[in-house]
Amino acid sequence: MSEKSEKTEPRLSVFKTYKLYVGGKFPRSESGRVYEVTDSKGNWLANAPQSSRKDARDAVVAARKAFGGWSGATAYNRGQILYRVAEMLEGRKAQFVREVADAEGLSKSRAAEQVDATIDRWVWYAGWTDKIAQVTGGANPVAGPFFNLSSPEPTGVVAVLAPQESSFLGLVSVVAPVIATGNTAVVVASEKAPLPALSLGEVLATSDVPGGVVNVLSGRTAEIAAPLAAHQDVNAIDLAGADEALAKELEIAAADNLKRVLRPQPVDDWTATPGTERMTAFLETKTVWHPTGSLGASGSSY
Amino acid sequence: MAFEYAPAPESRAVVDIAPSYGLFIDGEFTEAADGKVFKTVSPSTEEVLSEVAQAGEADVDRAVRAARKAFATWSALPGSERAKYLFRIARIIQERSRELAVLETLDNGKPIKETRDADLPLVAAHFFYYAGWADKLDHAGFGRRTTNGHSGANPRPLGVAGQVIPWNFPLLMLAWKIAPALATGNTVVLKPAETTPLSALFFADVCRQAGLPKGVVNILPGYGDAGAALVAHPDVNKVAFTGSTAVGKEIARTVAGTSKKLTLELGGKGANIVFDDAPIDQAVEGIVTGIFFNQGQVCCAGSRLLVQESVHDELLDALKRRLGTLRLGDPLDKNTDIGAINSAEQLARITALADRGEAEGAERWSPACELPTSGYWFAPTLFTNVTQAHTIARDEIFGPVLSVLTFRTPDEAVAKANNTQYGLSAGIWTEKGSRILAVAGKLRAGVIWSNTFNKFDPTSPFGGYKESGFGREGGRHGLEAYLDV
Repeated sequence: MSEKSEKTEPRLSVFKTYKLYVGGKFPRSESGRVYEVTDSKGNWLANAPQSSRKDARDAVVAARKAFGGWSGATAYNRGQILYRVAEMLEGRKAQFVREVADAEGLSKSRAAEQVDATIDRWVWYAGWTDKIAQVTGGANPVAGPFFNLSSPEPTGVVAVLAPQESSFLGLVSVVAPVIATGNTAVVVASEKAPLPALSLGEVLATSDVPGGVVNVLSGRTAEIAAPLAAHQDVNAIDLAGADEALAKELEIAAADNLKRVLRPQPVDDWTATPGTERMTAFLETKTVWHPTGSLGASGSSY
Repeated sequence: MAFEYAPAPESRAVVDIAPSYGLFIDGEFTEAADGKVFKTVSPSTEEVLSEVAQAGEADVDRAVRAARKAFATWSALPGSERAKYLFRIARIIQERSRELAVLETLDNGKPIKETRDADLPLVAAHFFYYAGWADKLDHAGFGRRTTNGHSGANPRPLGVAGQVIPWNFPLLMLAWKIAPALATGNTVVLKPAETTPLSALFFADVCRQAGLPKGVVNILPGYGDAGAALVAHPDVNKVAFTGSTAVGKEIARTVAGTSKKLTLELGGKGANIVFDDAPIDQAVEGIVTGIFFNQGQVCCAGSRLLVQESVHDELLDALKRRLGTLRLGDPLDKNTDIGAINSAEQLARITALADRGEAEGAERWSPACELPTSGYWFAPTLFTNVTQAHTIARDEIFGPVLSVLTFRTPDEAVAKANNTQYGLSAGIWTEKGSRILAVAGKLRAGVIWSNTFNKFDPTSPFGGYKESGFGREGGRHGLEAYLDV
């Protein structure tokens, strides 16, 4: 009897505790703070960690630590790993469709389109890792007996303020180009819709992306962005998720160590195929000279 | 034993410096709105060369308006026509190169050997190189052409470029700024440094001879306040600056929150790394070129010598012997290796930093070297027993002062080389190819010279990592700074 009546009760679901993703681990905010995340109708979805300045600093340390290995990996290897991210996402599609639908107030089918486009975006950037150097670098025909080669190199640790509106496609559209070229990232998720970003951390953790390459923080964008913009060990900042006033304030702070700054770009349609600008914004050009010497001629130029 | 040379001065007669110059705005020389003038002196003699109008805020505004007006027609010209203007400029500079070399040496203090053999040929080459780009921008890889035959957006010029340049390579830095700006269809307002305004004003005359439409190039001699006004002007679309890191940061703050595109080429503390298998004599020449070219007043100077411990003594002996043969004196003398420091202010800075090196315990050495009695001079100087904590190993001195440090392993060399806020240049000296490539790959610097140093070419992108600035000048990369891409 009692067994039968239990079956009619709806099963109580297990909530997920959303946590940060820093250095390959899933910590809570060191501040112990959370904030309430709701869907577009105001219904409670989760309590997300409200990251502090200290969390931001810890994430920078993790990103710096990961930079040598990630930037030193072969471009082919990075491509395979980014492709692996797409594979893992494909399997978790249902979860992301639900999260994106909740976050952005979209129907299931519209949310599914967003998630499909997001997965395809990972694939697109996975294919760029071993091509960007040939597009942006090359040999320079200097007027002298020298071999002269310019190559792009990742700029280092990049702070990324993810777009506020497009919680998943927008997020991946700004994160993937940063890491495709070998940078490491500290990502500040959309303030009101951080859940897809926090879940992305779980995908990255199981995609062979080394810990620390992408670090995801949730919380108040302005509070987390300020210490990142002023941080002396951050090399660049993408201001996509900052409004006009905040973007100006952060760009001023970023001047202290001459961070490369990508100002907020108007994006009408995140599904449009991107250009290479989000990659080149965080690349340095290194030019190496060497004498060529001369064979068969009298004397040597070296 | 040193050979004595008879004086071999280049003739000053080839250049005719007027007693006064105006600002060059909208194709005309004009006085400053407030009538202010300043004197420019020859740093080797302190002789006043000319009196030059000093631009203020009102003049900046006038020049920007002129450039804005000219932009509409200049940017609408077919690229092939813009190209021909730039080719003309390149050719006229070649024709007048001796005159401009002497002028530059007089106003800057650097040896005629350098202005004649380095600055001027590179200036002409830079214009010639970018001239050829003007009608090929669609092929520069910045626009996108889709596979279904539709063309993506072709790159567009930005508008009015505000450019502020330093005194160490006055005409060359002008060329680096103006050539790509004009090739891409922008118009410019350029402020030369207050101690070296003359070659920019002569360039205005080159523009006249080339028939360049008025307002396309405007030259505003002046001080930092004029530069600040130019950078802050609301109708400037692009800011390009070469100079100190401190000013570069200030400019970055000024343009924050605007749509102005910014490129900065700033300070450096380049490491010149010599491994134990390096050809010592060639390395010595590279070290000398690295730090004594242009009296060390070079942002990409190899101002830190990192030498492998096992060859330290041998290398230092050879280096000191070589420094003993450098000839310091009259910059117009064709045998002069080391000219004058550009200004009293710069001399004071170099002197203070060198004194600090001594005070902090590094060992100072200079060859026997008689300094002229007038003008601004500083003997070639090297410091040994320098550690990474010493001020002279960290701060850019921008003078003929070399700090010598040692290392044992390649990893240590890389770590020390990268231990700086800067990242502009570095040198590697070794016979081992794989080591060159490994070390070059790990150095965080924009230009790596291996078994050579201080080589420049218009086709070769130049610029820094970290606090040495961002953006590249030269080559295809140099176009990007002036295009809406």
